[in-house]
Amino acid sequence: MAASTLTESEKRKNMPLEYSTEEGDLRIVGFWIFLAAELVLFSTLFATYLVLQSHTAGAPTAKDLFKINPVMAETIVLLVSSFTCGLGTLELRRHNTKGLIAWLVVTVILGLAFIGLEANEFYSYAVHEGAPLSSSAFLSGFFILLGTHGAHVTLGIFWVTAIIIQLAQRGITAVTARKAFMVGLYWHFLDVVWIFIFTAVYLTGLVI
Amino acid sequence: MENIKTFLSHFFVTGDPMIYGADASIALVSVAIVFVLTYFKKWKWLWREWLTTVDHKRIGIMYIIAALLMLFRGGVDALMMRTQLALPNMHFLNSEHYNQVFTTHGTIMIIFVAMPFIFGLMNIAVPLQIGARDVAFPFLNAVSFWLFFFGAMLFNLSFVIGGSPDAGWSSYAPYAGAELNPGVGQNYYLIGVQISGIGSLATGINFLVTIAKMRAPGMTLFKMPLFTWSILITSIIVIFAFPAFTVALALMTIDRLFGAHFFTIASGGSPMLWANLFWFWGHPEVYIVLLPVFGIFSEVIATFAHKALFGYVVMIWSMIAISVLSFLTWLHHFFTMGNTAPVNAFFSLSTMLIAIPTGVKIFNWLFTLNKGRIEFTTPMLWALAFIPNFTVGGVTGVMLAMAPADYQYHNSDFLVAHFHSTLIAGTVFGVFCGLHYWWPKMFGYLLNEKLGKWSFWIFMISYNICFMPMYFLGLMGMTRRMYTYPAGLGWGPINFIITIGAFGMGLGFTIMAANIIWSAIHGKRDTTGDPWDGRTLEWSTSSPAPEYNFAHIPVVSTRDAFEAMKEEERKGVKRRQLPFEPIHMPNNSGIPFIMSAFFFVAGFGFVFEWYWMGIPGLIGIVICLLARSFVYNDHHHIPTDEIERTERAAGRFS
Repeated sequence: MAASTLTESEKRKNMPLEYSTEEGDLRIVGFWIFLAAELVLFSTLFATYLVLQSHTAGAPTAKDLFKINPVMAETIVLLVSSFTCGLGTLELRRHNTKGLIAWLVVTVILGLAFIGLEANEFYSYAVHEGAPLSSSAFLSGFFILLGTHGAHVTLGIFWVTAIIIQLAQRGITAVTARKAFMVGLYWHFLDVVWIFIFTAVYLTGLVI
Repeated sequence: MENIKTFLSHFFVTGDPMIYGADASIALVSVAIVFVLTYFKKWKWLWREWLTTVDHKRIGIMYIIAALLMLFRGGVDALMMRTQLALPNMHFLNSEHYNQVFTTHGTIMIIFVAMPFIFGLMNIAVPLQIGARDVAFPFLNAVSFWLFFFGAMLFNLSFVIGGSPDAGWSSYAPYAGAELNPGVGQNYYLIGVQISGIGSLATGINFLVTIAKMRAPGMTLFKMPLFTWSILITSIIVIFAFPAFTVALALMTIDRLFGAHFFTIASGGSPMLWANLFWFWGHPEVYIVLLPVFGIFSEVIATFAHKALFGYVVMIWSMIAISVLSFLTWLHHFFTMGNTAPVNAFFSLSTMLIAIPTGVKIFNWLFTLNKGRIEFTTPMLWALAFIPNFTVGGVTGVMLAMAPADYQYHNSDFLVAHFHSTLIAGTVFGVFCGLHYWWPKMFGYLLNEKLGKWSFWIFMISYNICFMPMYFLGLMGMTRRMYTYPAGLGWGPINFIITIGAFGMGLGFTIMAANIIWSAIHGKRDTTGDPWDGRTLEWSTSSPAPEYNFAHIPVVSTRDAFEAMKEEERKGVKRRQLPFEPIHMPNNSGIPFIMSAFFFVAGFGFVFEWYWMGIPGLIGIVICLLARSFVYNDHHHIPTDEIERTERAAGRFS
């Protein structure tokens, strides 16, 4: 048994830092499973939205509201933030604390920009166009699907910030590496969700 | 002054002597608890040993205590309903009160009894069965428990503050919406259940990772104990079913609080969407509370038949098949709500298909008993009674699965009898079975067999007196959720018999509670750690298990690992005594309790739409999450001399 634990720790030596302890390994697996649950959560919201998409009840429709330019801006900002987050992970692998922190800061700024653009879009629909979430089932579905995604991004901004502080305090260790890696998974996941939103909500809404 | 008076008369539930009685008893019990804790100077002990614990065994015990208390409350609800229905034209409860009682009965029994009882048993048994020192995420485990606990408290508060929900445990739209159901009752349901549901999802993730990654060396998947297998599969169902419920509850909350139109009739909302989302979670939920007890029965039947389980691999594949099918049957809960024939036909077939793997399991249990050396202990009696009683529930389920026939059975007492046959003869018998079986492992002494058998026989016979006649009552046309009925329909005598059965079950439960108290004082000590001649690893450590579970992580080579170890010992193979090594353990933490308390505060604020209270509550939650993120010193090592002392005290080191 002693021999098997030895090979276990030997095996971990060749792994990336975030997987180098059993605890880190467990938490990353757990986080992947959490993302699976999040996938079900968003799937339910997408299903709800698609069912209610045509239930506009005389209130403004997708075609009336959606404009391609602000949506493209949000999309580009969020996709670029995912890219910078990926560059951060690359710096993590190179054990470059400064580089990692720098890219995470850029990611947070882009995240904030995305939230600003989205808030502006929501505001223009709800106030200027007179179409808040209480006007129809379609708008309820729209605001809650996108709002849930936006709330996730907001939480992600807090989370990345907390990890930037910890990286500044402690540098890259097995624990901070694991945290930075996990928040990266989270951020990319939100990006994937956005791609589905872009397709299923905006593109579909602009065409149909 | 007048304003305050009006506010208070709406805030507190008033006008019913029974509620005043409840108010008084809640106040008295709270004062008594505070007094006892202060008098014996136990506050610090309570905080340090229990409220901040991350030990899976203690969390399991807390789950079970909470579940038993909730079972008492849900049981009192049941007895109130049965008293009201005992005779035609009774005036014990009015219709409004009756609606509230059946709603809280259903919600409490499923969400706050069945699930936490099972979570409690799995917390106690699973890490021990796989030879692990704790679950994968002990901190998260504590968060799960406290979320369940505060969710349950929030839900139960509705009864004295603000008013209870009354839309049934399935809370169908549009009746549960703000327009038809104003007031705070339904908010309590939505938010209380939501909070505890978040905890359940975390438990699912926790146990999936624990079982997938933390098994003792040599324990491959197909060498795991059956109970652990059932929890693995249940965890997967939890992970894929609960998020849908989270969304459904959130959407209805947004409908009620912020005027959205997901499930309303006006402005394009779709009430049917609620039914679909609810049962997309609700049907898998049935298996979340059933598969674990299948696991418990498999352990208990093998142990007390003193045989290896018959058809181990087939048992596992049947559970996997059930878990897949459980996601494909949700629509059978509303066959009569206007689906097209092909849709009903699909769900009718998928529902009937579940009978096949379930039937396979029944036969496997019977074959395990075949030629076994059967020992009729209390846990074994519960397991044996499960087989025929549950089969009745299963067969009537197949009857209900036939969509055309369902137009006759739908919403009748036949249905009520059916799901009580599965949930009582399945889940309740199962958790009682597991409670008696693992009790010595939890506390180090056995429950009394004589009292245990009395409670079993009285409960089991009363269960049959209660629910067998109910099938016929349903076929005679009595519908569920009916608060009274006129004389002359021929329902009176049957209802009276059912009520006798219900009170008999209450008596059985009371004897069980008495047994727990009696045994705490006089119970037989379990000095060996293996009182039942068990087969799986939890019996290889002392009772109660030490904080670190195993001084040395066991090495497994076969199924029924502990049975194999004992066999080797009988053959005279001596086990080497290895030197102890310091054991790495997680630190206790107050954050789970405090964070869940913030959930409670936020939840209470949103129930009353008091955003000045709800939003600070949410901020409190975020602060707790951030605070946890900055905790780095989160574990300690148990030194070898302490391990040696503990093992010596348990008679396991000389």
